[in-house]
Amino acid sequence: MEIVRERDPFPDLRVNIGTLRLQNPVLTASGTFGYAREFANLLNLHRLGGVIVKGISLEPRHGNPPPRIVETACGMLNAIGLENVGVDRFIQEKIPYLRGLQVPAIVNILGDSVEEYQEVTERLASIEGVAAIEVNISCPNVKKGGVAFGANPDMAAAVTHAVKENCDVPVIVKLSPNVSDISEIAAAVEDAGADGVSLINTLIGMAINLEKRKPELANVIGGLSGPAIKPVALRMVYQVARRVSIPVIGIGGIDNSRDALEFIVAGATAVQVGTANFINPRVSEEIAEGIGEYVKTEKLPSIRDLIGCLEVD
Amino acid sequence: MSQYQENATITRYERLSQDNIRLTLQADSIAAAAKPGQFVMIRTSTAKDPLLRRPFSIHQTSTNGRIQILFKILGRGTELLAHAQEGEQLPVFGPLGHGFDIRTDRPACIVGGGMGIAPMLFLAKRISRLKSNVASDFILFGGRTRTEVEPLSDDFRQFGMRFYEATDDGSYGEKGFVTQLIQRLKPPKGSVVYACGPESMLEQLNIYCQVKGLECQVSVESVMACGMGACLGCNIPAKDGGYVHVCYEGPVFNAEELAWK
Repeated sequence: MEIVRERDPFPDLRVNIGTLRLQNPVLTASGTFGYAREFANLLNLHRLGGVIVKGISLEPRHGNPPPRIVETACGMLNAIGLENVGVDRFIQEKIPYLRGLQVPAIVNILGDSVEEYQEVTERLASIEGVAAIEVNISCPNVKKGGVAFGANPDMAAAVTHAVKENCDVPVIVKLSPNVSDISEIAAAVEDAGADGVSLINTLIGMAINLEKRKPELANVIGGLSGPAIKPVALRMVYQVARRVSIPVIGIGGIDNSRDALEFIVAGATAVQVGTANFINPRVSEEIAEGIGEYVKTEKLPSIRDLIGCLEVD
Repeated sequence: MSQYQENATITRYERLSQDNIRLTLQADSIAAAAKPGQFVMIRTSTAKDPLLRRPFSIHQTSTNGRIQILFKILGRGTELLAHAQEGEQLPVFGPLGHGFDIRTDRPACIVGGGMGIAPMLFLAKRISRLKSNVASDFILFGGRTRTEVEPLSDDFRQFGMRFYEATDDGSYGEKGFVTQLIQRLKPPKGSVVYACGPESMLEQLNIYCQVKGLECQVSVESVMACGMGACLGCNIPAKDGGYVHVCYEGPVFNAEELAWK
């Protein structure tokens, strides 16, 4: 007689961001994963929750002069300057590949004015293969003296509204940590219709070369990322998740599944892996595997049972 | 173009001088796929600090699946790597970037300055295999002082190319720079100059080649985080006013594509 063995069940890792369905909570952070194709022979893209591609603006941008990056303690500073091919070339050259992926491709967008965000959104809105839009609001608003959209609740809401009005796909707003109260910005973009928030973008910092008495970056200041920022990111995710009822996506220094799980416990529905992609191109797939193992070992009905389960006495 | 992540065992550790080190690594897939001028990214620590991998040009490969890197101790990453031991494993990622475009129908003039000599052993070896006659090919190798040049001399003599050495202080070979050597030796018409070294050296070679109407391929350096076109942190100014990226459009460029000071 044949013994029928119970198959090892697949852990349930599914999560939703608005109407966007992810097979697991692991996404790749914009600006650290190119346009996904660069990584195609280094990991199995189809085992990720989704990919978020390099930020796109209306016109192509050359970005900042070199040096653009410098390593710092447990992290790195970058001032790439949002170099990208522009929305038209993105649609022509990058979308056909992304459309063929079995996992959602989320397009990160940026702009110098509310109108630019709106126009980029309009161009992307009807394109098959764009599963969701992530809005980078850390860019300076040139019409308002260069203050970052993300630094002001009204401006953040205005951008969110403009994007939301012009597309049918879920809209995620990526929050800047360089503010005094990030949960206030999160609440403002939720009110403006955002389907989710992702945080944190990089923390503004600088590095100095003492011998030359010069900044290490040509741009003088840059965004800090990597393990150095994880505690700050966890704290902000925790605070924002308690304030808003839309899903929160945690970002900041995640380089293994334990890091990712901590963000989920703090209240994140999903996570993004950023700088760690530079050090190990396969890391996001490994993190998804590790989360699955954890759900199995802990005998959780699903990963969703872990979201925001932090016990605070 | 395939890239591989391998845990490569250090099979040989050579301290060529006080701060110059050569490592031989068993990295079968990378060795089989590598072309002269390409590089690898190596993690110098499994801890979170230093965080980023470091780029190293491939010094040479062997048919038994080994690659070599040559480096000078300059910062924390190379300092850690200098403490590596035979038998230890290092995460190595590569081969990366575009290497030299070898012109087998033309005389070669290989120019290496300082640590810029690193990729030239691989290049010289490949050229000597591809060409039946290398008697009109040159290798010019310059360094600051004897300890930088002497330990590598014999490796470069084996190809039968015309080999010349110079040091800034005259402690080994001729006194002076490789840029002076090339002016004196005058490589034949139609030569292709393949160069790697300090920016000032490459700049002068570019001017020389333009005057003489020679093709000049240069391998350039940059800081980089990923080595594969994802971070866009390794840009350098291009002639057209924009930028090119060292990791995936280079590290070897035709000198005419770049904006020189």
